[in-house]
Amino acid sequence: MTVEAVAVPGGRGGFGLAWRRLRRNPAAIISAAILIAILLICFPLAPLFVDLACHHGPNDQNIQGYIHQGGHRIPVVGLDGTPVGPGLRSCYMLGADANGRDLAVRILYGGRISLFVGITSALLCVFLALILGLVGGYRGGFVDSVIGRLLDLIWSFPVYLLAVALATTLAVGGLSVGPLHVSSSSLAIPIVVIAVVFVPYVARPIRGQVLALRRMEFVEAAVATGAGPVRIMLRELLPNIASITLVMLTLIVANNILVEAALSFLGVGVPVLTPSWGNIIEQGYSSIVTAPALTVAPGIAIMVTVVALNVLGDALRDALDPHARIRIR
Amino acid sequence: MVGLVIVLFAISVLVFVIFNVIPGGDPALRLAGRHPTQENIRQIRKDWGFDRPLYVQYGDMMERLFIKRDLISYQDQTPVLPTIERGIPRTLALAVGAAVIWLVTGVLIGVLSAIHQGRFLDRILTVLALAGVSIPIFWLGAVLLYLLTFRYHSWAVFSWVPPGGYVPFATSPVDWAEHLILPWIVLAVVSIGFYARVVRASMLEVMNADYVRTARAKGLSARRVLTRHTLRTCLIPVVTLFGLDFGAAVGGTVILIEPIFGIEGVGQYAQESVAHLDLPPLMALTLYGAFFVVIANTIVDVAYVWLDPRTRIE
Repeated sequence: MTVEAVAVPGGRGGFGLAWRRLRRNPAAIISAAILIAILLICFPLAPLFVDLACHHGPNDQNIQGYIHQGGHRIPVVGLDGTPVGPGLRSCYMLGADANGRDLAVRILYGGRISLFVGITSALLCVFLALILGLVGGYRGGFVDSVIGRLLDLIWSFPVYLLAVALATTLAVGGLSVGPLHVSSSSLAIPIVVIAVVFVPYVARPIRGQVLALRRMEFVEAAVATGAGPVRIMLRELLPNIASITLVMLTLIVANNILVEAALSFLGVGVPVLTPSWGNIIEQGYSSIVTAPALTVAPGIAIMVTVVALNVLGDALRDALDPHARIRIR
Repeated sequence: MVGLVIVLFAISVLVFVIFNVIPGGDPALRLAGRHPTQENIRQIRKDWGFDRPLYVQYGDMMERLFIKRDLISYQDQTPVLPTIERGIPRTLALAVGAAVIWLVTGVLIGVLSAIHQGRFLDRILTVLALAGVSIPIFWLGAVLLYLLTFRYHSWAVFSWVPPGGYVPFATSPVDWAEHLILPWIVLAVVSIGFYARVVRASMLEVMNADYVRTARAKGLSARRVLTRHTLRTCLIPVVTLFGLDFGAAVGGTVILIEPIFGIEGVGQYAQESVAHLDLPPLMALTLYGAFFVVIANTIVDVAYVWLDPRTRIE
């Protein structure tokens, strides 16, 4: 007897449908375009811009230099220490800071760091949350209550205080765990700190979903076919929480970019010498009266990115699951 | 109550471990000042009891925090508790005022948005709410302060804005409010956007529910349906969120706002202690923050049962 392949009726999967809905949402398209543009500008185009137009990197100082514009010679940093402001030119488009560093170039390179920290910490956070949520929700019982208490503990820690306490101690001495040594000026510190602090916000909804899914027939069927717990979690449960995870990932990236800026502003985020949007604000804030662009411009960069991510996250949620009620703080 | 104690205990142990296990936090080195001799450091370790086992040190710190109430900071040897007690009314004034603003404005915007769903007003309000959620609040505070107290301070509308600081309510209620209006707004902005979105979403869900249709069908006025039927249900998630957010604001977010406006409340104290890696005040402040978060969670659970009759039956 031969088994013939059953013709699958011509339909679309969940993600296909979602993609079709997403394409029809102008806000989603615009925000996605803005995000792609920001990524392109910050990653491949930033060094190109420096090579072709500006010839100085994000940390190059130029205290005694001059800008030639329309036959005028403008000092990059004035005699009284006031840096040049924004203007229509290829170099020092947004002006300079007190050390004669080009603000526009710093924002481009700062975006690399801020986006990198935001994205990697979000990935790490969601990864940890998936493990805890899947294992806790599926195993239940003792394991679940231990995981639940752990999440409660992180949850009731005031977010900024916990992040600040962790980041400060780590930033002073670095961290040595066995052969692994993280230097105190490593980007890994803010990434790990931010990721850990926000795990409960992602793990709780995932656990809730898993709890609901666990009792459904397809899981029972998988158990009946002899699938082990790992296989059930990865092959049966994970695909079913993929859409809520994707939405949360987008929103958590937005959140983490804001948190990175806040931690850097408090002086415990990205190391001082590495430009990030938060660091640039922190360093510019002291001279906000003489050079407001140093504070305003990086803040606008953060806002545009985060708005775009939030709009995209919302649109993704509407597209993937019109009835979903996923919320993230 | 028992849960609260357990959580606070776990958090205090965690903070203590963070500061003692991770290298670089050695308080003796910090107390010794610049260029200390080995002898100096050894003496300080002995005087301050850093050479004792960690659990003894932990017990000692808890005793001085809760029973003797004479905990002093490593950095400048000032007493910790009076500084916190001085800061609490300031921080609460900031947080309560902001909470009132964000609750009222957020719910109002959310309701308006939902009633005008899909129309122009809804779109504008949705965009504003999204922008509010996406602003780094410390940045907003810094920029507003610059604009209103420097750039446009000469404008008659902004000439009253003080350049930061805090005036106790008892000294002058008007000055008190003038100094706090800007911080209130800044602290409220993120939550306004967030609440507006939550209220809008839950309004839209409830507006199509059968019981709302029934209420309308039996001839109740639109206003009565809105206030008695729709809004009441909508406010349930808001109450949950509010508890969490208020706890988070008092226990943490103020760390970003207070230093900018020079309010010198608990948040600013935390920010300064962080800069010096000063364990005693940070321990006290973290417990204080966690206390608020946990209390807020408990109140939320109680309020939830009161607001949502369904939870009572089960």
